[in-house]
Amino acid sequence: MELLVFSLTIFVLALFVGFEVITKVPPTLHTPLMSGSNAISGITLVGAILSAGLQYSTLTSVLGVLAVALATINVVGGFLVTHRILGMFRRKS
Amino acid sequence: MSTSLINLAYLVASALFILGLKGLSHPRTAVRGNLLGATGMLIAVVVTLLNQEIIGFGGILVGLALGSLVGAVLAVRIPMTAMPQLVAVLNGFGGGASILVAGAALVEAVGLTEREVTYQLTIATAVSGLIGAVTLSGSFIAFAKLQELISGNPILFPGRHVVNALLLIATLGLAAMVAVQPDQPLAYWGLVLVASALGVLAVIPIGGADMPVVIALLNSYSGLAACATGFVLNNTMLIIAGSLVGASGLILTRIMCDAMNRSLTNVLFGGVGAVASQPGGGKGDEVYAGRVKSAGPEEIAMILEIAQRVMIVPGYGLAVSQAQHSVRDLANLLESRGVRVDFAIHPVAGRMPGHMNVLLAEADIPYEKLLTMEEANPQFEQTDVAIVIGANDVVNPDARTDPTGPIAGMPILDVDKARTVIVIKRSLSPGFAGIPNPLFAADNTLMYFADGKKALVDLITALQS
Repeated sequence: MELLVFSLTIFVLALFVGFEVITKVPPTLHTPLMSGSNAISGITLVGAILSAGLQYSTLTSVLGVLAVALATINVVGGFLVTHRILGMFRRKS
Repeated sequence: MSTSLINLAYLVASALFILGLKGLSHPRTAVRGNLLGATGMLIAVVVTLLNQEIIGFGGILVGLALGSLVGAVLAVRIPMTAMPQLVAVLNGFGGGASILVAGAALVEAVGLTEREVTYQLTIATAVSGLIGAVTLSGSFIAFAKLQELISGNPILFPGRHVVNALLLIATLGLAAMVAVQPDQPLAYWGLVLVASALGVLAVIPIGGADMPVVIALLNSYSGLAACATGFVLNNTMLIIAGSLVGASGLILTRIMCDAMNRSLTNVLFGGVGAVASQPGGGKGDEVYAGRVKSAGPEEIAMILEIAQRVMIVPGYGLAVSQAQHSVRDLANLLESRGVRVDFAIHPVAGRMPGHMNVLLAEADIPYEKLLTMEEANPQFEQTDVAIVIGANDVVNPDARTDPTGPIAGMPILDVDKARTVIVIKRSLSPGFAGIPNPLFAADNTLMYFADGKKALVDLITALQS
């Protein structure tokens, strides 16, 4: 129970930080915001690595490896494409 | 590495994510911001790999290598016009990963480890599976619509609300079962299956014009799914990163809804544009009959010769005809003759938030010239020529004047206040909202019927001769 309250606290505070930080992003940068934040949502990768590596059973390992692959696509694709988009904005500034 | 050290490293990674998103608030700091975010992710992954409980690295490395390869190829190959599709697919993969991780955690907790099976674990697993599955299937439908693998129009079938309601009830029932009886793993996979069907049926009835909202919403879901997985694993970094993304998606969803003066409910269940062509066809003749003036490149070139201020209004038609480079050539040519040229961009121009800005940036148009709707609207009265390229509903004055129309009250670009309006469009066909546009028949409007790119190339030739 204590752990849940702690996690909920973190969750709510992070939401507030998110709203504060992201409302300042101008419309010009909404697409890179989306692809960049999307890459961050691939943080599930951390959980996936644990599932794949702890090797409790064949089932969890297989699920883990699949999850690692999917989350990595999200992370690598997201950050790279954001970099590519931002390069276009940067060139002439 | 000790647990405290790992958690400290996770704290650093979380802070880097926040700083990374903060960097995106200005084009000058955005590249660094993105690199900070990526660094945070790298730290998180490396530290996790150092966890002593991990005994097998083979699978992890295969997964990482495969994922990196696919992700990199997608990111480098994708044309900028297809960016919304890519974001949709990546969202889907993120949601899919959350389903699998939460599922594996449930299997481990219930059958394999001594970890206490708490309600936090089971409820969070159910939530993660539910949101993850809706994200996964919904994103792939959005992808298929954007890629035109299936019709971009709203697909409505009779009784869909009943079917959706039944599916929702089944989903919630299965979720409750996962929460109360976690030792039945089939309930979890059943939940994933039914929630996936729900995701498909939720996105299928939404039309192309509303895609910016759908993509933003799915983006939020992918974050919330990661967040729920954080509750499953008791991992604060997942909770922080997930809620940042969740907040970002929700903010963008709201901005997109406001830009169309629609509620989220209306976007999700309204099916706007589905039956539009029947009333629109007849009414169109009334609006346009005998009043539409069309002009060719030479005539328009003469008007531009004497203009001092030009405002270009790009719409999705510009993206479709890949005319962003031609529009830059036109702007450069006009500027070399002392004309001031700006671009007015409606928030929902394009198929995801800010998409039009990316397309114009791709063509080297400086971002200082890209005006938001709020910046552009007061300037139209001092504008000599407004050039509308492939935009329709976002410049329709009916939004101001017809309180019963489907776009009533939608904030629009006040193009009609410019001295002369030139509309480059292939025909008088209606846009996504399916209604005729009185702007096309206005006294100060000239229609230039042609494909966006060809029209611009011909116009440039006419200006040069």
